[in-house]
Amino acid sequence: MQLPDPETLLSDITAKIKSRINNDTALIGIHSGGVWIMQRILTLLGDIPHGTLDAALYRDDYAQRGLKTEPKPSNILFDVQGKHIILIDDIFYTGRTTRAAMNELFDYGRPASVTLAVLINRGGAELPITPQITGAELVLKSNQDLQLSQDMHGNLHLGVKNG
Amino acid sequence: MVNPQLDKNGHLSHLLTIEGLPKKIITQILNTAETFVGVAERDVKKVPLLRGKTVCNIFFENSTRTRTTFEIAAKRLSADVINLNVGTSSQSKGETILDTVDNLIAMHTDMFVVRHNQSGAAHLIAQHVPDNISVINAGDGRHAHPTQGLLDVFTVRRYKPDMHNLRVALVGDILHSRVARSEIHALTTLGVPEVRVIAPKTLLPAYVEKLGVQVFHDMNAGLKDVDVIMMLRLQSERMSGAMLPSAQEYFKTFGLTPEKLALAKSDAIVMHPGPMNRGVEIDSRVADGKQSVILPQVTYGIAVRMAVMAILAGGGA
Repeated sequence: MQLPDPETLLSDITAKIKSRINNDTALIGIHSGGVWIMQRILTLLGDIPHGTLDAALYRDDYAQRGLKTEPKPSNILFDVQGKHIILIDDIFYTGRTTRAAMNELFDYGRPASVTLAVLINRGGAELPITPQITGAELVLKSNQDLQLSQDMHGNLHLGVKNG
Repeated sequence: MVNPQLDKNGHLSHLLTIEGLPKKIITQILNTAETFVGVAERDVKKVPLLRGKTVCNIFFENSTRTRTTFEIAAKRLSADVINLNVGTSSQSKGETILDTVDNLIAMHTDMFVVRHNQSGAAHLIAQHVPDNISVINAGDGRHAHPTQGLLDVFTVRRYKPDMHNLRVALVGDILHSRVARSEIHALTTLGVPEVRVIAPKTLLPAYVEKLGVQVFHDMNAGLKDVDVIMMLRLQSERMSGAMLPSAQEYFKTFGLTPEKLALAKSDAIVMHPGPMNRGVEIDSRVADGKQSVILPQVTYGIAVRMAVMAILAGGGA
């Protein structure tokens, strides 16, 4: 299937995010893809308060999967209290990662609002959560695994594996 | 002794000793601990990983500090924690260790943290419990104290990330120390090229060189150009008979003073597993000095114990 160019999607969501930025905005990238995207956005939009989250410690499938990969440390050095948070992830699928990330975020403080920005919404939400900022919407079968990767120059690539 | 701490897929199912743990698993524990260091710095110092799980600290031998750090670690993972000082309860009424454990399993305990003055007690319990229950050795006799060894290498790695270029010295009562063996195994497994032990002959186990260390009996030679100094506690309560003339005499020869510390590299760090005997193995000016990382060790100990529990409760994956 024809996949969209992630670099085009990136400029697209960067423009959408830019229109929402004010003095109380902060960006938080979800490991790993969301952090790559956030770093690219920061180079385009300049210095905005930002942080990273790994929601592994809050996932609902820990009892089945354990800590599958080594979680990355979350790193939020600004005060979350009262901030308008834009949560950034690469691919939106079931919504479970977003749920876990929001739970972790609220352990840092009470944000004024949380907006979800993703490069791609591939459909399949299992929770009442949906991204507000989306680069593209794709329809994929459940056995297809859509993955974002980053090369050594920082460029983003999309690939699909059939499971 | 059988080492049942890995399951058939090579995942961690119990933590009993660092001996025989592959580098991959030690690294996984240390990297996971990095995540938990940040949790303690937040507003809400808790994550929900072990919500609904019950962790039982069974201490057949008293150790307030170790029990407290395990308790805090389990609570920060949202587990329910039960502390049992068995020495003061049913064992004195004649119950065997395994009967005590079976009773706690009947109460749906998910994880045991075991401290005992006999080597092998945690192994015995690990071989006895069903597959879905994990056991962590919190110190058994002179044998092992793996989480202390892991938190010590975690501390070393945080201050001296290039482990392949380090000279580390362990000073003091190696013979009675379960920490020393755990530390030596962890350091050599992670690739530290030079581990030294500095101690009087009476406080060294036989064949200590077999652990891959260089042996010194003199602080002045042993501390020269080291990057890390790990002081050990003089285990007076474990000492039977007169192995040393006196505490003052020991301090004169093997106590870490600012003058002896000056022989090490200028950026060397000083560690101690606690509790410290000031004026016996360490001078207060060193213990409270700027090269001391003794209190960060305590902080990191909680993160490392959280990591071990999180990995075990998740099926070792």
